[in-house]
Amino acid sequence: MHPARAWRGRSQRYRLEGEICEGCGARLFPPRDICPECQRPARTPYPLSGRGEVYSYTVVYEPPAGYEEQAPYIVALIRLEEGPLVSAMLTDVGPEEVYIGMPVEMVTRVLHRQGEHGVIAYGYKFRPVLRRTVMLPSPSAPVTA
Amino acid sequence: MREVAIIGIGQTPVGEHWEKGLRELALEALEAAIRDAGVERLDALYIGNMLSGQVESQEHLGALVADFAGMHGVEAVKVEAACASGAAALRIGYAMVAGGLADFVAVVGVEKMTDASGEAITAALATAADAEYEAVHGMTFTALNALLMRRYMHEYGYRREDFAPFSINAHRNAVHNPCAMLRFPITAEAFASARMIADPITLLDASPVCDGAAAVILCPADQARAFQERPVRIRASAVATDTVALHDRRDPLWLEAVALSAYRAFQQAGVRPEDVDFFELHDAFTIMAALSLEASGFAPRGRGVAMALEGAIFRDGRLPIATMGGLKARGHPVGATGIYQVVEAVLQLRGQAGPNQIPNARLGMTQNIGGTGATVITHILEAMD
Amino acid sequence: MYENGHRIMKPSRPVGIVGYGAYVPRYRLPGVEISRLWTGGAEPPPVREKAVPGPDEDVVTMSIEAARNALARAGIAANRLRAVWVGSESHPYAVKPSATIVAEAIGATPHVQAGDWEFACKAGTEAMQAAIGFVGSGMADYAMAIGADTAQGRPGDALEYTAGAGGAAFILGPAEESLAILEGSLSYVTDTPDFWRRAHARYPEHGGRFTGEPAYFHHIVEAARQLMEALGTRPEDYTYAVFHQPNVKFPQKAAKMLGFRPEQIQTGLLVDEIGNTYAGSCLIGLTAILDEARPGDRILAVSFGSGAGSDAFSLVVTEAIRERRDRAPRTRDYIARRVVIDYATYARYRGKIVLDT
Repeated sequence: MHPARAWRGRSQRYRLEGEICEGCGARLFPPRDICPECQRPARTPYPLSGRGEVYSYTVVYEPPAGYEEQAPYIVALIRLEEGPLVSAMLTDVGPEEVYIGMPVEMVTRVLHRQGEHGVIAYGYKFRPVLRRTVMLPSPSAPVTA
Repeated sequence: MREVAIIGIGQTPVGEHWEKGLRELALEALEAAIRDAGVERLDALYIGNMLSGQVESQEHLGALVADFAGMHGVEAVKVEAACASGAAALRIGYAMVAGGLADFVAVVGVEKMTDASGEAITAALATAADAEYEAVHGMTFTALNALLMRRYMHEYGYRREDFAPFSINAHRNAVHNPCAMLRFPITAEAFASARMIADPITLLDASPVCDGAAAVILCPADQARAFQERPVRIRASAVATDTVALHDRRDPLWLEAVALSAYRAFQQAGVRPEDVDFFELHDAFTIMAALSLEASGFAPRGRGVAMALEGAIFRDGRLPIATMGGLKARGHPVGATGIYQVVEAVLQLRGQAGPNQIPNARLGMTQNIGGTGATVITHILEAMD
Repeated sequence: MYENGHRIMKPSRPVGIVGYGAYVPRYRLPGVEISRLWTGGAEPPPVREKAVPGPDEDVVTMSIEAARNALARAGIAANRLRAVWVGSESHPYAVKPSATIVAEAIGATPHVQAGDWEFACKAGTEAMQAAIGFVGSGMADYAMAIGADTAQGRPGDALEYTAGAGGAAFILGPAEESLAILEGSLSYVTDTPDFWRRAHARYPEHGGRFTGEPAYFHHIVEAARQLMEALGTRPEDYTYAVFHQPNVKFPQKAAKMLGFRPEQIQTGLLVDEIGNTYAGSCLIGLTAILDEARPGDRILAVSFGSGAGSDAFSLVVTEAIRERRDRAPRTRDYIARRVVIDYATYARYRGKIVLDT
């Protein structure tokens, strides 16, 4: 694949940059330039939060050429909190742990490598929201109600 | 606008044609259709095909097949709309005859898939999806259908095994179709324990990779009798589109283009869903069959699988589907499938479907779907008295 | 000989850490699993387990996540960074910067310095020294320094037990905005070939026991001792100390040689749980310390890179730590999400199974 193809979409791929419709305020991802809600131009870049939940998912056991390295892998439809649905791989999670409605967050990972010599394609994937351990306030910390 | 009739049909067996390439397959089906119609000349040739560029490094199939068939100088073009390429080519042929631009038109659907490795075919089929936002994420066609199937099960409370009747019906019907690829019956037990391809889709939910070609000859309906004892009239031909990417749809479980295309077809034919005697639908995966039944108006939302469980889709049911094996068991040579569906519908309407004959079949519907429902082409066919 | 004042480095404009972030991948390979394969379980592993990157991870992806965490803690827009520098010995490209990808992904482009640093395990602190200079000189208000690695040891080699994966990112900025203010830093470098990897080699070579006394210990101890001497500080003035950690024993011994008590190095000593993260090693340890440090705490951080050299930093934590700490996941959160894998899975993830010849 020519490197220009991935390069062109780097804002979307690397950091989930979508668009906002100036007309009706709809947040769009992927960017599509014409708002599907009100058919007016929507070309203002808008960074999506990357938070969402699993709408549906599947495990790919028979990967297409170029994705053998990661198979079996999970692909999903993610409902972003801003509204759009996005197709992406899930990462850092086993198939038995995933469920519809699982809260996920965007991370930037390797989408595929073109052999040993090609350009490496980075892009968004989603993983279960990182669990944060509950930390007790340190003794000197101000006590809050 | 003129009425259009189908006066000739031809098909190769669907399967692994190691000894035949694209051009040989196309010619075999075309010759059979010409023989069946008994026509001497053709004004135009349309080829439905999806993958020739990727699998065979061969585009320009219009001229290629015309040349190979000895039809020097004829108008010939390839038509592509992913898995709906076959019906898309028919749509063009239909428009040419209906509009009076041509009298005798051949439409050939042809696909050669077995020359590529499994991984290469999986990648090639994924080009029907959105390359920048679906395929790049490792999305395969099976995966997209699996996403739909899991969500469907989640929303309506079905189990994976509930989809079995679609495949059992298709395989049962393929047994008596000499052109079908998988001519063996399957059991509910086999369905339940089949190998997983993309959870919850197994090998027995999915149509096989294969080669094949099918062809039809069209002419103005008022000239049809001169060539064919039992011509079939095209009562409706309707195309609708939706977003290429599944994620761009407001409601992924509602195939908007199926609904639109079916609605337009019913309008054009002046018939209602209940008037249709059988339905050759696009059962590339069991979930597609269920969603097609719903959006076409044959089952309420969420009841497509229930309709199959009730037996309504069998040969003796309210709406027989996949009467010659469907995509599941006849096989799904993608760009040829739309023409196979029409050839099979013509066999039913002529009363030539053998042991699979639907008694008194007068009105048949075919529906060819490209991608996950981005291009949907519905035809309604009627036996001419 | 110059007096100490010339050896210590202090920026003319006071500088500190305004944001920090760590990343450790979720997979762990236990040392006993490696030992089982190569020594029949005879050899006790030097660390309990090490962090292994997933098949879709590399220095770039780990750096991006650490950088996002650092930005979240700093609370500044990415386009205010004037440098994104990535120190590593396992950059995914031999030619083509990791830093441009990281900068693009976090939204720091285009008005930004970007480049990759290489100095074995001290490439990250090398970038940090440069960032201090960049901000300290007034050329920039904010500069990001990252140390991250997905280092590999030859199968069966002693290094295989410890070569882990992880990274940390630091945003250096004006002292008044900092959660930890820099008191001074010192670099100590000689030409000591204790460990190396030639241009196209897959795995590194090392000088065995030569990596210890003349390399690791000499450089770490000299850098730390001379920095404290110049600052007039003593080990007991530090709440925490963190040293480069190629295994558990080396940093413990270095601490003892310098007069630090085991409690002082405990918080930052992560090697037993995540392995040696090379350019990330001492820096991830520092993030774990910042995760629990209190205002007023003094921290000594000393890296070591083979070849060889050390950078030593003395920091004092400020009040700002309290509210910035929880703006991003803590280092312990990453260490806690632990999935143990076997050697076969490790071999697959790390490309040690030949699929294509």
